[in-house]
Amino acid sequence: MIPVSHVLTLSAILFGIGVAGVILRRNAIVVFMCIELMLNAVNLGFVAFASGMQSMVGVMFVFFVLIVAAAEAVVGLSIILAIFRNSGTLNIEEFNLLRW
Amino acid sequence: MNEYLWLIPALPLLGFVLNGLVAPRFGKGFVKVVGPGVVGLSFALSIAAFCEMLQAPGQSITQHAFTWLESGGLYVPIAFVVDRLSGLYILIVTGVGFLIHIYSVGYMGDDDEYAFWRFFAYLNLFLFFMLLLVLGSSFLLLFVGWEGVGLCSYLLIGYYFDKDSAATAAKKAFVVNRIGDFGFIVATLLIFMNFGTLEFAEVNARAPGVLAAGGGLVTAITLLLFLGATGKSAQIPLYVWLPDAMEGPTPVSALIHAATMVTAGLYLVARMSGLFVLAPTTMAVVAIIGAATAFFAATIGMAQYDIKRVLAYSTVSQLGYMFMAMGVGAFMAGIFHVMTHAFFKALLFLGSGSVIHAMHHEQDMRRMGGLLKHMPITGYTYIIGALAIGGVPLFTAGFFSKDEILWQSFASPAGHPLLWAVGAVTALMTAFYMFRTVALTFFGESRVDKHTAEHLHESPWTMTLPLSVLAVLSIVGGWIGIPHVLGHGVGIGNALEHYFEGFFAKVPAEVAHHEASTELLLMGLTSVLALGCMYGAYVLFSRNLARAEALKKALSPLQKLLEKKYFIDELYEWVVIKPVYYTSKLLLWRLVDVRIIDGMVNGVGNGVRHVGGALRIIHNGVIENYAVGIAVGAALIFYFLVY
Repeated sequence: MIPVSHVLTLSAILFGIGVAGVILRRNAIVVFMCIELMLNAVNLGFVAFASGMQSMVGVMFVFFVLIVAAAEAVVGLSIILAIFRNSGTLNIEEFNLLRW
Repeated sequence: MNEYLWLIPALPLLGFVLNGLVAPRFGKGFVKVVGPGVVGLSFALSIAAFCEMLQAPGQSITQHAFTWLESGGLYVPIAFVVDRLSGLYILIVTGVGFLIHIYSVGYMGDDDEYAFWRFFAYLNLFLFFMLLLVLGSSFLLLFVGWEGVGLCSYLLIGYYFDKDSAATAAKKAFVVNRIGDFGFIVATLLIFMNFGTLEFAEVNARAPGVLAAGGGLVTAITLLLFLGATGKSAQIPLYVWLPDAMEGPTPVSALIHAATMVTAGLYLVARMSGLFVLAPTTMAVVAIIGAATAFFAATIGMAQYDIKRVLAYSTVSQLGYMFMAMGVGAFMAGIFHVMTHAFFKALLFLGSGSVIHAMHHEQDMRRMGGLLKHMPITGYTYIIGALAIGGVPLFTAGFFSKDEILWQSFASPAGHPLLWAVGAVTALMTAFYMFRTVALTFFGESRVDKHTAEHLHESPWTMTLPLSVLAVLSIVGGWIGIPHVLGHGVGIGNALEHYFEGFFAKVPAEVAHHEASTELLLMGLTSVLALGCMYGAYVLFSRNLARAEALKKALSPLQKLLEKKYFIDELYEWVVIKPVYYTSKLLLWRLVDVRIIDGMVNGVGNGVRHVGGALRIIHNGVIENYAVGIAVGAALIFYFLVY
């Protein structure tokens, strides 16, 4: 039986990689995938706690997170596609329309 | 049966509405009927109310129309009271008002239609407010009328609003009155705080119990009320607006600025006699201010050339007389003079208006003279008015009321021989300057310019009829108040004294006994001297104008001082108006308003803008930076939640 702490550590590492990816990468799709990675890291944490505490609540949460992630993937990819069609680039440094 | 009382003020209001809203469709004829008509009806109802009041138990009749305000301890009904005082007042207001309305039909007849109905609408509205003032049963209702007549006075002084001087005079009247109104409002609030009611009857009845006689509170209340009265009734120091008010049409001067509105202050004092007798200090102030005003205004009146201005200063002077009477506790004598003065001063103003009408709006007496043969009715009625105000003994109204005031100022417990002396000198000056106007206008060589002289004519009957009626009243009006020393021998009682029996509060003091011979002596002395002054003025200004000029030269500095009205207007200009103006402009506007208030508002705006400007640097549109912000923020939240 793998201890819960190992799984949580792996979850934290994956989450850290996700955050680093979001902050450091320029490609919108990669940034997007990093966000997915963060979500799944959190999912891993939930599952670990659920098994460690013998509770189904954590598992239930995973379903919700998956649903949100799927919906977010739809919307997010649509936006990225629309931006790419308009600007011809996926470099997020170019996406600064909200600037003052 | 007194449910009709509300109609007395309501009829002129109806006239105002008809003249103001409907008349433009029907033209002048409609206004000529409606304007005087509603006032005539109101006069008829006033007579009915007066007769009913005479027989009513308690000597007053009341109509409670409806409740106006009811809030906590404050209860103000719309109620109309006709008692001894207001009964006499409504007769004067509607009676003289009716005559002046008829007169206006002739006087204003040349004005174009637009001006014509506007004039009558204002005049009707004025009567509505004046009747409300007089009939109202409480301070609040009186105040509504008080402000209303002020408004109408403003509108009518500024009737020729395209003339700069008229607009300025109207503004001056309004602003000066506002100072008096301040006193009135504060007094009303003090009364409500102490009595819990604003009804006159209750305040007067409970005054001795609630307020300590001679105490600071009652003195303050009465002085503030008197401040209001000085504004409305043109006394020192607030009299300056009345002479300028002559910019209005002459019927307005007669109605508002001689017969009715300016006596509102006296009405207030007489109405509150129960309060005033409790404050000897105030009474002394009233008497002294009254005497001083009477004297100063009379001196100014002697050196004016504009006929209406002479009459205006004469009005101020006569009002001072009435206040002097009230100040010595002779409320009845004051009200008596209000009545007779309403007759002869309205007559004099209307007479001068008739002259001005014939002279094509020339008011300078230096360009008149010898008008008697051109306009006999105007001339003789004017002379009767002048005889009345001058106090020709035994048969004019002015004699009886003026003599009553003089005698009371001498003999009343609150009186003083000095007050009598000032009053007597004023009476002589009055006789003098009135006959100066008579001589300069109607006698002597004609100084009218040629063009005007060709068109000189007697006025139409609408103008001469009111003159004749008022002339009769100026003579018989005084017979209701014949003093005992004269009437006793021939078996005529003093009807007025009987009428006002027990109505006014009395000054709490022993009535000193005076010999009838003293009264007769003083009466004879002033009468003979007044007659002398009249004759002197007549001779000097009708036949010896050259000598009058020489006299004027000899008294040059004094004459200049009087002609310039003691430079009081200039003094007020420098002492009051300029400081207020510059304080407003430099301190309140440039500093407080622009710097401090605008500064605060704009400062808040600028502050927000600068903070925003500083903060927008971090809003740089680079998504990674936002992501870093989110991550760091989340980490911080996590850190603080866990540790």
